[in-house]
Amino acid sequence: LIGSVEILRDAVVTAVPGVEIEIVSSAPAAQQPALLVDRAHVLAVARFLKDDSRYQMDICSCVTGVDYLKQGYIEVVYHLYSVALKHGPVVLKVRAPRELENCRTPSLTPVWRGCEFQEREAYDLFGVKFDGHPDLRRILMWDGFKDHPMRKDYAPPMDYEWEPTPHDETLERAQSQAGTIPPSAAEAKR
Amino acid sequence: VSAPGIIETQTLEVSIGPQHPSTHGVFRMDAVLEGEVIVKLKPVMGYLHRNHEQLAEKMVWLGSMPYTDRLDYFCSMSNNWAYALAVEKLAGIKVPERAEYIRVIMAELTRLLNHVCLVGFLLQDLGAWGTPLLYALREREKILDLFEAVSGSRMMCNYMRFGGVRVDVDEQMLAQARRIVDKFPAFLDEFEKLLTTNEVLMARCQRVGILPKQLAINASITGPMARASGVEYDIRKVDRYGVYDRFEFRVPVGEVGDVYDRYYVRVLEMRESVKILQQALRDIPAGPHQNPDVKLRNFRVPAGDGYGRIEAPKGELGFYLVADETGKQPYRYHVRPPSFINLTILEDMCLGHKVADAIVILGSVDIVLGEVDR
Repeated sequence: LIGSVEILRDAVVTAVPGVEIEIVSSAPAAQQPALLVDRAHVLAVARFLKDDSRYQMDICSCVTGVDYLKQGYIEVVYHLYSVALKHGPVVLKVRAPRELENCRTPSLTPVWRGCEFQEREAYDLFGVKFDGHPDLRRILMWDGFKDHPMRKDYAPPMDYEWEPTPHDETLERAQSQAGTIPPSAAEAKR
Repeated sequence: VSAPGIIETQTLEVSIGPQHPSTHGVFRMDAVLEGEVIVKLKPVMGYLHRNHEQLAEKMVWLGSMPYTDRLDYFCSMSNNWAYALAVEKLAGIKVPERAEYIRVIMAELTRLLNHVCLVGFLLQDLGAWGTPLLYALREREKILDLFEAVSGSRMMCNYMRFGGVRVDVDEQMLAQARRIVDKFPAFLDEFEKLLTTNEVLMARCQRVGILPKQLAINASITGPMARASGVEYDIRKVDRYGVYDRFEFRVPVGEVGDVYDRYYVRVLEMRESVKILQQALRDIPAGPHQNPDVKLRNFRVPAGDGYGRIEAPKGELGFYLVADETGKQPYRYHVRPPSFINLTILEDMCLGHKVADAIVILGSVDIVLGEVDR
């Protein structure tokens, strides 16, 4: 990468006025410090990183979420590289609160098409809603699934297929969650 | 628009897969057809989803090494390497030189077998039943024998460890590898004589499923797919991980970005892999195969996050890992699967083509569902 992450931060601050930005260090040996950007400005920062001639971060290689249960937020991590200048990574992080209704952040799919499936995956597994995503649906779990299984407080049902006999919490959960199994059928199985 | 002589048709929705041999596993394409032409196509995946990432977060660092074999089950060696590389990056572990050479040899053998199978299966999708695929599988068999000799398993190798490899290779195995590698170009010549200028293959593959260069970059397409579209980007050259800076090889790049280019880039990549293998097998030094300072039992990693990536046969395979204060288990373990992300532009490539072309285009993406669904 051209210059240090501090230079990059200063460049971002000049280009995107009003941005709240912070440098987060990585594991000591990995040497991949990240830019933590506020949700309101992340789209502008992404556009700047992609279009600026010094950086040209034209490929968004990896998108994922991390659930920090104790700290109370979900972090979306973008790893950006430059194919044109063959440097990188620039790590971009955004934090969204864990509560499902507020857990949203702007989608970067309009900037990098490669985010499309990866943001869908983050939505599916973590419940982060990406505003402005063209096609935000579940991608790995099935459509009727209600939860977000990669969250740290996710409790899996005892048995997904309600076998051999559902009972207690599993039965309650199955009935309330999926709604696919009518109570009478559950009774009959019991 | 109704006019005399024009037959009105309705659009037809067809669900191709998940149980269909041409989808290479349990993968579904929801296609909308106008006559026989595709006007809309949505990939549907997740049938093989087993939450690989959560499994890994519930066990110690080394515990998920065997599970990485099951991601892309053709290329267990390079999956192992990607995971080991990411953990080594996180923990700052040095790898002895002999282990680096062994890793390069294993990864390039994996690339040979992956590409040779891909070409075989692509021809299967084209309707060339059996012949090219069986030639391909014959060559793959020889390489699998080598893997069995070093790791005890043909496909689920579980061979790499943090700071090296599990067991050393012996001279007999290296001699066998040299024999196989030296004979490989002759096989490729024969294979190419059968295929490269084959009229049917050219008619079915040229100008089909074109992926423009700009879209390829923007959609995070990596590996041979991107290079066939003219993106000159190879992580072996860019990151120079391992000992790849010591070998002479070139990065083949396509011009048009159609299925034919994707086929031919892979053939050329195999020729380059043979070059790397010959150099690595010639220069492999003596020494330890594992860093003796790394204690794999009760292995711990300092807190923090990191991303490690390699050029796997299918594209950029990366692992994003987060360690917490205890450092015993991964707090977060994310796989960046190349074939999953390469599917992003499947619709763009298929629009305007026939159903039979969509099958070939999907074949040229080179997916393995173990990796797509994780």
